[in-house]
Amino acid sequence: MHALLGLRLRSNFRFATSFAALALVVASVVLTCSQPAHALPAFARKYGLRCSACHESWPMLNYFGQKFKDNGYQLMNDRDAPIWQNPGYWPVTFRIIPLWHRVSTGKVLVDTYTAGSTTPTGSAVQRVTSSGFDLSGLDFHTGGILEKNFSFYVLPSSDATASFHFETVMARLDNLFGSSWLNVKLGKFELDNLLSEKRILTLTGNGGVYQLYHFVPQGDGNIFGQMGDNQLGLEVMGHSYDDRTRYSAALLSSSDGTVGLPYGNGYTGFFAASQAFDAGKLGVQRVGFYAMVGEAPTTWLTQTGPSGSMVIPGSGIGNKGFSREGFVGQFYFGQHVDLQVVTQHGEDSAWFGQGYGDLIDGVVAGNNTTGTTLPAGSRSPTWNGVLLEPHYVYSPQLIFIGRYETIRMSQQSTPGTPSSFGNISTYTIGYRYNPFMTSRAGFAWHNEYNWLHQDGTGPTLGLNSANVNTSELLLGFDFDF
Amino acid sequence: MRTRLGKWSLLLPAAALLALPGISSAQLTQQDLAQKLTAESHVANMTGHAKSAAADYRRYCVGCHGELGDGNGENAVWLDPKPRNFQLGVFKCRSTPTGTLPTDSDLFDSIGRGFDRSNMPIWNTLTKQQRVDLVAWIKHFSPRWANEKSGDPITIPPEPEVTPERIKAGREVFARVQCWKCHGVAGQANGPSASTLTDDLGRPILPYNFTEGSRPKCGDTDKDIYRIFMTGLDGTPMPSFADNIKPEEAWDLVFYLRTFMAQPSKEKAMAKQLGLKPVDPNAPAGQQ
Repeated sequence: MHALLGLRLRSNFRFATSFAALALVVASVVLTCSQPAHALPAFARKYGLRCSACHESWPMLNYFGQKFKDNGYQLMNDRDAPIWQNPGYWPVTFRIIPLWHRVSTGKVLVDTYTAGSTTPTGSAVQRVTSSGFDLSGLDFHTGGILEKNFSFYVLPSSDATASFHFETVMARLDNLFGSSWLNVKLGKFELDNLLSEKRILTLTGNGGVYQLYHFVPQGDGNIFGQMGDNQLGLEVMGHSYDDRTRYSAALLSSSDGTVGLPYGNGYTGFFAASQAFDAGKLGVQRVGFYAMVGEAPTTWLTQTGPSGSMVIPGSGIGNKGFSREGFVGQFYFGQHVDLQVVTQHGEDSAWFGQGYGDLIDGVVAGNNTTGTTLPAGSRSPTWNGVLLEPHYVYSPQLIFIGRYETIRMSQQSTPGTPSSFGNISTYTIGYRYNPFMTSRAGFAWHNEYNWLHQDGTGPTLGLNSANVNTSELLLGFDFDF
Repeated sequence: MRTRLGKWSLLLPAAALLALPGISSAQLTQQDLAQKLTAESHVANMTGHAKSAAADYRRYCVGCHGELGDGNGENAVWLDPKPRNFQLGVFKCRSTPTGTLPTDSDLFDSIGRGFDRSNMPIWNTLTKQQRVDLVAWIKHFSPRWANEKSGDPITIPPEPEVTPERIKAGREVFARVQCWKCHGVAGQANGPSASTLTDDLGRPILPYNFTEGSRPKCGDTDKDIYRIFMTGLDGTPMPSFADNIKPEEAWDLVFYLRTFMAQPSKEKAMAKQLGLKPVDPNAPAGQQ
């Protein structure tokens, strides 16, 4: 067993060394041959701008791209209306990523067999590693201007098996009463997060999302406060002429963006505001805050029971509260280095903390029916987190990405639960290289490694620690046209 | 075989030698430009350095204006009007007399303002320092800045109060200097010469239509409009009227032009009260 483990470790080490060497060679080649990167080509084609004009690295926006988005996908230079477009122009872009990745998950519960037995006779814990070639989902982005100051965005998105859903569908009225301070958006859209998960530069399973935007304490049934997911609602936003000052306020259905009114009648508010400052040679610095405050159901009129009844969609009542709030900073240190910072303090009602909430998807089993009481001493779970994402932009064609996130529980719902239970720490490193840069299409050679550690969530089985470590390595061609 | 190669080996270098001076004088090369990276610009108390703008130019500008600043970026073929050729050192929006180089502030303002009715966006999300550096970068493309100084900005007298008399006087100026020939009698860009206009490079160009609601290219304040016709838009058929219009008449003309514009204004209200009609191209001089 030890010999096998040693062999495997040596093999992994050799692989890691080879990979590191390969990555170094690729990085050197890229650094030495970098020539004159990658946007929603539908917009780039319309305006004749390169991807790099709006994106620090596609899809992450720079300040000019943020202003373009805040203006309702308009440059405000009289070339926005469809009358200026070639009649053959059709604002559609697709994006998909063929890739190779290796995922390794620690402390997975597996069956054990005794000699000659075909049925499991026990359980054990081991690391499971799989690797191979794969595909991402497929996105069809289409967006633009219906008429001056009337804009839209529709994004049908599939998983890797081509099962589609609407990730984004929204129409927007821009510059109402001639003022950039009043714009209204209706539909399903990304929340006004300055560091938007929908524009994340990383692709792995755990590194391709911001953990801070999806964190739910262990055993908590509140899926409704995930600010990384697109949400259904109405948003009012405004900004100054140069976009240095921004605000937004959104009223959302507490449904985590799921269509068809499956949950109940709960609503959530999302508020954000920020101010940017011109810091001379350092660049533009932006600081802001956000707050997500809402209610969601914990009581269901029916539940799967002995009679075989099913939960009636939309029947959720017994709303309980939750909140997420924090600060955001975008700091630039000259032309090459920047640091994005997001902090969060989160709190769920004790009812969510005790496992009431999303019964309809089977996330929890508890139903807060009449007479239900919380266990003695139950408290609202609370936590704090921080996300740090530095970038080194060698050129518009090459960006090195780093990220560190940590989320620490500050109060467990059930007294006596280890204080660190459910804590998350994760880091991601990677780079994206665009071998060419035009206003017609985008292509990036993407390399990334993510490591995630969570406290206490593995099966114990007599182990000293049930902390789980997961890692993923990914290499792929991220292209859009 | 060897004989043929021998002939070519003599002919090819000779042809290359003959062609070389033509190529080098026709267009600046990367090497030429690399030697000019010391170009500087000065706006207010800021100093711009061409070298510092290289990355920004590549990120934001090169797709249209091209690596060599010659207006031949990959998108140029799709754009109308065409991107500016910085190598010529000729600019529309200046505070300086026609034929002279613009000031650094003129270029700085143009970058931050953008140009309506073109694909040039409003780059006011860049820091002021980035824009000053880009001005220096633009200057490094043209040999004109090595040999000439920027012109002195024209003097613009203080803006007088708008009165109905001034608007009427402006109408007289509009008729006298024949603005209507290109811009039309009602400012709709449909004058008799409108369809024949070309820029200095022989490309068709349209006069400004005052009535459609877009911003004038070189700014939309009264001062900007004054400056436009007193300095002219170099490289276009729009001449400078500095020799034909006195400063006080220029303000009258500004007020009259405001009456054409789609945006509500005092001038527009006064013109309505006066029942002002478009100029008559056939009326004898001074009898509008």
